[in-house]
Amino acid sequence: MSVQGEVMTATREPRRRRPFLSRWPGSGAAMTVASIVGGILIWQLLSLRLPPLFLPSPRDTVLGAIELWQDGTLQMAILASSGRILVGWGLGLVVGVPIGILMGHFRWIRTLLDPYIEFFRFIPPIALVTLAVIWLGPGEMSKVALIFYTTVFLVTLNTLAGVRAVPELRLRAAASLGAGAVRTLWTVIVPSTVPYMVTGARLALGNSFLTIVSAEIVSAEDGLGALIWLARNYSRTEWVFVGIIVLGWLGYAFDRLLKYASMRLFARYGVNG
Amino acid sequence: MTKYEGIRLDGVGVTLGGTEVVANVDLDIAPGEFVCLLGPSGCGKSTLLNVIAGFVPATGGVFVGGHEVKGPGVERGVVFQSAEALFPWLTVRQNVEYGPKIRGASRSECAEISERYLRLVGLFHASDKLPSELSGGMRQRVQIARVLANEPSVILMDEPFGALDAQTREVLQREVDRIWRATGATIVFVTHDISEAILLADRVVTMSVGPRARIKTVAKVDLEHPRDLMDPRALALHRMLRDDIGSEVNKSLRAQGLLTEEAA
Ligand SMILES: Nc1ncnc2c1ncn2[C@@H]1O[C@H](COP(=O)(O)OP(=O)(O)OP(=O)(O)O)[C@@H](O)[C@H]1O
Ligand SMILES: [Mg+2]
Repeated sequence: MSVQGEVMTATREPRRRRPFLSRWPGSGAAMTVASIVGGILIWQLLSLRLPPLFLPSPRDTVLGAIELWQDGTLQMAILASSGRILVGWGLGLVVGVPIGILMGHFRWIRTLLDPYIEFFRFIPPIALVTLAVIWLGPGEMSKVALIFYTTVFLVTLNTLAGVRAVPELRLRAAASLGAGAVRTLWTVIVPSTVPYMVTGARLALGNSFLTIVSAEIVSAEDGLGALIWLARNYSRTEWVFVGIIVLGWLGYAFDRLLKYASMRLFARYGVNG
Repeated sequence: MTKYEGIRLDGVGVTLGGTEVVANVDLDIAPGEFVCLLGPSGCGKSTLLNVIAGFVPATGGVFVGGHEVKGPGVERGVVFQSAEALFPWLTVRQNVEYGPKIRGASRSECAEISERYLRLVGLFHASDKLPSELSGGMRQRVQIARVLANEPSVILMDEPFGALDAQTREVLQREVDRIWRATGATIVFVTHDISEAILLADRVVTMSVGPRARIKTVAKVDLEHPRDLMDPRALALHRMLRDDIGSEVNKSLRAQGLLTEEAA
């Protein structure tokens, strides 16, 4: 009888305890504010002991930001960089999602494209900046193309992984309910893959910020990368700080916006942040 | 139901990943019959069900309603153990209407069909909920309604209540019995639960332990409905099936060196 008893015993996962310190008293928001204020304080203290060309103070940086805002440079830079990122990223999504779906679904397409995927994984967009400028000129095209490259790659890979992870059960259910190949692709595989697409899109957006700075530094005309680079010519280290801080905020804002929008739009597809 | 269809397995064998999981299975299931498949874990019950569903290719002959099975088909509905088989982005109603929509039913026909079968499983009030908002038992009812909406002549169920608590399971067992009577479908029902099999089946089929599992015993359940598990004949059958499966379990444990002779 002990034999049957053992076979029947269900394994139950032990209840997990929250790790120590995850229940820190006080609200999360207070901690965040404290962390930021503390950071600025340390920055201020350091800047007191160092020459402004080496480390401008928070105050210098704010004044620099006001100066750049008043002559319109800052707004132009934000608009220029955001525009490039949105266009390149948007195009990358439009192309990357279908490629990922097709690669995931059709083995022969996967086999065909795999060597390129495996090769270009190791080529960061920054390595292609020179080529982009030679081929597409120093204008908008080369910068948008680099963002596009970053995005297509990440979105394709994530979408592909999503297609491969569609539960077999769900495909079987669709098949025995009468769905053919095309309908299954459209009504089961694509919706099941949405969370992966969103992950790819978010990663790509983050990487677009890396890429845009290198692209704008190489062919510096406008944009936040150019602002950071050109500040050097005027020995205005505080402008470098302004550029960096704005870049960080902008990236954060874009990511939050994307996260919020995709949670609102795709909650039922399993997108939950 | 369009027409009742029987199932015939004729020397069926299945090889998965280089192992011959089941071999030489012969089984005849009459139209409208309710058959429960019992057997030790891992013997190949799901595999056999998947063969009838057309998910897994097999050697030998697999016939449903006289036609050879070559792949999945709408006349064979499948209820899976896991509710992962539901489409989580569709509401309960949309899940149920998935099949009718494919066969070209109009919007009003779809609404009528989903209402009929959601009422049948007692879930009409939850039509506009998402599967994630339902309990495990409710999700299984949605799966059943979704299958019924296609009016299949054969319903294949793989431990549909295996993940449910005892009370919910009892309620759903009664419901399956009722639905079977109402639709007249042929049902093949895989379970671990001997009582469940005795409660539901016309015949209980047990399998031997794999690899090369085959059919071991076919027992007719000659008890009137509604069945009483405490009936002496039910108890005798229960004991017989328990010993039958238990000996197979012991065989497999011994084969794995997990059971020594003294302990047996
Ligand atoms: N893809 C596969 N490749 C190799 N072996 C497989 C594969 N799928 C199943 N098997 C083997 O086939 C055997 C039968 O599996 P199956 O799922 O049909 O058993 P089962 O009787 O339904 O078990 P359970 O009662 O635990 O659900 C198992 O021993 C399993 O290891
Ligand atoms: Mg199984």
